Amino acid sequence: MAEQATFRIWRGSRGEGKFVNYTTPITSGMVVLDAVHGIQASDANDLAVRWNCKAGKCGSCSAEINGKPRLMCMTRLNTLDLTEPVTVEPMQTFPHVKDLVTDVSWNFAVKKKIQKFTPRAADAADGTWRVKQADVDRPQEFRKCIECFLCQDVCHVLRDHHLHDEFAGPRFFVYAANLEMNPIDSGDRVKAIKEDLGIGYCNITKCCTKVCPEEIKITDNAIIPLKERVVDDFFDPLGGLIKIFR
Amino acid sequence: MADYPVHTYDVLVIGAGGAGLRAAIEASAAGCRTAVVTKSLLGKAHTVMAEGGMAAAMGHVDDRDNWRVHFADTMRGGQYLNNPRMAELHAKEAPARVRELEAWGAIFDRTKDGRILQRNFGGHRYPRLAHVGDRTGLEMIRTLQDHGIHQGMDVYAEHTVVKLFIDGNRVAGAFAYDRERGRFKVFHAKAVVLATGGVGRSFKVTSNSWEYTADGQALAYNAGAALLDMEFVQFHPTGMVWPPSVKGILVTEGVRGEGGVLKNNQGKRFMFDDIPENYRSSTADNPEEGWRYTQGDKSSRRPPELLTRDHVARCINREVKAGRGSPHGGVFLDISWIKEKLPNSVEHIKKKLPSMYHQFKQLADLDITKEPMEVGPTTHYIMGGIQVDADTQMTAVEGLFAAGECAAGLHGANRLGGNSLSDLLVFGKLAGEYAAKFAKVQATGSVNQSEIETAGKDALAPFERGAAGENPFTIQSELQDIMQNLVGIVRVENEMAEALDKIAKLRERAARAGITGNIEYNTGWHTALDLENMLAISEMIALAGIERKESRGGHFRDDYPAKSEEWGKFNLRIVRGADGHPKLERVPVVPMTEEMKQIVQENL
Repeated sequence: MAEQATFRIWRGSRGEGKFVNYTTPITSGMVVLDAVHGIQASDANDLAVRWNCKAGKCGSCSAEINGKPRLMCMTRLNTLDLTEPVTVEPMQTFPHVKDLVTDVSWNFAVKKKIQKFTPRAADAADGTWRVKQADVDRPQEFRKCIECFLCQDVCHVLRDHHLHDEFAGPRFFVYAANLEMNPIDSGDRVKAIKEDLGIGYCNITKCCTKVCPEEIKITDNAIIPLKERVVDDFFDPLGGLIKIFR
Repeated sequence: MADYPVHTYDVLVIGAGGAGLRAAIEASAAGCRTAVVTKSLLGKAHTVMAEGGMAAAMGHVDDRDNWRVHFADTMRGGQYLNNPRMAELHAKEAPARVRELEAWGAIFDRTKDGRILQRNFGGHRYPRLAHVGDRTGLEMIRTLQDHGIHQGMDVYAEHTVVKLFIDGNRVAGAFAYDRERGRFKVFHAKAVVLATGGVGRSFKVTSNSWEYTADGQALAYNAGAALLDMEFVQFHPTGMVWPPSVKGILVTEGVRGEGGVLKNNQGKRFMFDDIPENYRSSTADNPEEGWRYTQGDKSSRRPPELLTRDHVARCINREVKAGRGSPHGGVFLDISWIKEKLPNSVEHIKKKLPSMYHQFKQLADLDITKEPMEVGPTTHYIMGGIQVDADTQMTAVEGLFAAGECAAGLHGANRLGGNSLSDLLVFGKLAGEYAAKFAKVQATGSVNQSEIETAGKDALAPFERGAAGENPFTIQSELQDIMQNLVGIVRVENEMAEALDKIAKLRERAARAGITGNIEYNTGWHTALDLENMLAISEMIALAGIERKESRGGHFRDDYPAKSEEWGKFNLRIVRGADGHPKLERVPVVPMTEEMKQIVQENL
């Protein structure tokens, strides 16, 4: 590995700005976030970047590295071509704040609109439930989500069509699926998933699944099953008749 | 005159990790107008890094477990410097706090009969840690976050508190800046809960996130509260050591709980060579028994890898210093060997330790199902912190409460793994409950306008010095070297004294820190403002470290390697002296009741 590498980092505020090249020393095993921190400590003290855990667990350091949505802390330099400058820029789907930082508050507002966890009556006298591991494996997969919002960033419904008011995005289908498939939950969010979260806009291109650092099978395991529930409830003529006569 | 926006609340919670969110949920539920201020985005706090689980004597896996055993384990782990009342409350209330999380949407791993599964951990006699694979902290914070946002609390994300306002001897509010826009805000509050976590950012090799800059400890001290047990810093035995950029990242104790073993470069399981007397009767004396224990055999004793963290960390340190370490200055932690015992070991390891599998695969190109990991000690936790009343969590300042890592008392000289997440819940709830009670009967204290002016002016000073000032990142990095090398896992008097000298010089330089750029999301400015707290609290860790002339728990003195009976009678307390400098006091440890003493005897 070369002893130094050049990073082309987006600098600026509120969407205005330009790429600036920084050359910084690198060592074995480094990740992009290390390089960004090195640049920040020496050449650009005011370089804005979010991070917390540096271990892929908090989902703070999301960015686009050579055009791909990635966590900076989990992107090793030896997986990148260092003969060219490495481009690091903020997520494009959210309003820009400064340098690599974007305003992701929309995501928090969307979550608040989804009916919260609503437990059914307890199974035991002490107020607890009896649930098999096999019945929670799937919702546990969804609960691995670290809310990095890379799936939101890559989703064309949000990124290209800006349907933020009508479409909740993959993160919140994973969230809704975790609630819908939790054997202790008694809520019914299917109508909301169709009407408020706008699941119909998703045409299952699986871009979200590809960028998920937690390797959650967002499309196959969350979105498609939710779409099936929507179809069962709203578009299935036989099911509709049964409901009428029930 | 400065005209900053003013926000008025009954209860202001500073910090949105496990303790802060739990406190805020409780205060909101009590009908108080509640705000949470957090340096990060909601749900990103350091709690997400907790891996192994939360200790609660529910007895789902071994029905011999109960609060009395948990209490005795906690006291023994803390070498009897713990506040016994806090250890009692913690052991008694933890199970209810865990069940409550399930009622709020957490999904724990299950036992065969469908209850919450519990796993083995160092220092805990029975399998006690409720867990979700090795991402229990994430499960906890997400559950509290998703429940909390529907409770009516206001969240101020990416805001840093730099000062508490005091009216007489009671808290009146706080001064904060908004990291994104750089704007100042004044909070008026009847009660304030500090839940800001630890101090690990002051050490070079640490498992802690950037947020751990000793804010709560410094805010409380400056407000007139006392700090306790500051010499006791926990070095977790197993952090990553290679590659360099990931050095310090945590490798969960759960690896050892699931059967992982520690070996030196001669292939020897060195932990069998050094089993402390007070744990001898409860520790396996051969590998086969240790393995059976990790697989749930109730008649077996735990393997020596699951001794307390302070002890395991020092044993690893000793192997490395004696030249028996791994190529990159650690020792080997091997879980892959269980393929000798389990036919489906690869899938088993991936299921039980998914984050560890990915962490090593992605960051170190290493498959833990096939090869041993290299691990070494990493700064992980501070047992000491703000002194609080055991039952209410109130500090010496009226209306000021503290909970979680920033508070002291529960863990004594050494914390058991798994007792932190339960600490956050048990004492976060109590802090929120009593803060709410306090707020309901008190009027809001008054905040002096001139203090607001001064706080704003001080915070902006680094801009005035500009590029001519000291680079804040350089000062931070030098502090990390000082604490790592001179006040680390093995301490001696002259090195700690040297650290004090160096910290004093760094404080002078920090007062000259300068930054460039504008005020919006300026990480250099944020770092410059963090330095004061980091330096002040680092100094106190060194001061207390020099004062305690013995080795106990997380505090190991090469010049006083033995435990002293005399020192076992005191905690060290730090208050601000009349001269404005930290004043050390010896205070007698809180005595156990006769019943508690009996419980300890029963469980030796």
